[in-house]
Amino acid sequence: MAERPEDLNLPNAVITRIIKEALPDGVNVSKEARRAISQAASVFVLYATSCANNFALKAKRKTLNAGDVLAAMEEMEFERFLEPLREALEDKEKKPDSVNEKSREEEEEEEEEEEERMEEEPEVEAENDAEDEE
Amino acid sequence: SLFKTKVPPVWRRVFRKMSQNTPDKDDQTSSNKKNISLPMSRVRLIMKSSPDVSSINQDALFLTTKATELFVQHLALASFNGSGKETNTLSYSDLAQTAEEKEVFHFLTDILPKKILARDYLQSLDQMQDDDDADF
Repeated sequence: MAERPEDLNLPNAVITRIIKEALPDGVNVSKEARRAISQAASVFVLYATSCANNFALKAKRKTLNAGDVLAAMEEMEFERFLEPLREALEDKEKKPDSVNEKSREEEEEEEEEEEERMEEEPEVEAENDAEDEE
Repeated sequence: SLFKTKVPPVWRRVFRKMSQNTPDKDDQTSSNKKNISLPMSRVRLIMKSSPDVSSINQDALFLTTKATELFVQHLALASFNGSGKETNTLSYSDLAQTAEEKEVFHFLTDILPKKILARDYLQSLDQMQDDDDADF
């Protein structure tokens, strides 16, 4: 399924806020710089995902897990992220609230939808084969 | 608002819940707090566009989202400390400069190319033409 280009961009408002909070007060950030950082962030996600996926495949797993992402960060030489990432993960575990539960439900829903979609495809192919034989 | 048209109801509830987190007593930026600002649904969309990725565990999605926020901070700050400080502005050229200088950002050189003046480009084209002519 082809995604529209804008679907793979991150929301500008959030990116701008993160940039502003990282820089000293009063620093101007050009519009072009903001757009470029946003695109760089999307590329970062792709790069990190690809890297993490290699670790998962090496371990013969089909599901990307937290360990794969951490291994990817180290591989990409972003070791400085490891400590804050581990902390963030620990803090998330400490809060077994509905945020985590709802997200898991969402993931299960999406996986079910994907399975349904996969079941539909073979039927289309079978019809085509039948037509060819006639 | 954007949320009402594009974000499914279950995610709207999740975002509301996340934004209800009370700020820490010590003065931390929202990206350093325990909640994250970037929408995980969007990050997931980008991750799924990567070939050979079957499924993504919830913690992996969370960490990737958090890492992306850290990355944005890191890129912005490194670029500002590099050349932006002189003008108290973070501009595109600061980013391109950082991508070229710092190894950890080398993967960005294709999407953050340095810009050159049109006349300099045309001059270098002439130069290449002269070099070619010289061979014959």
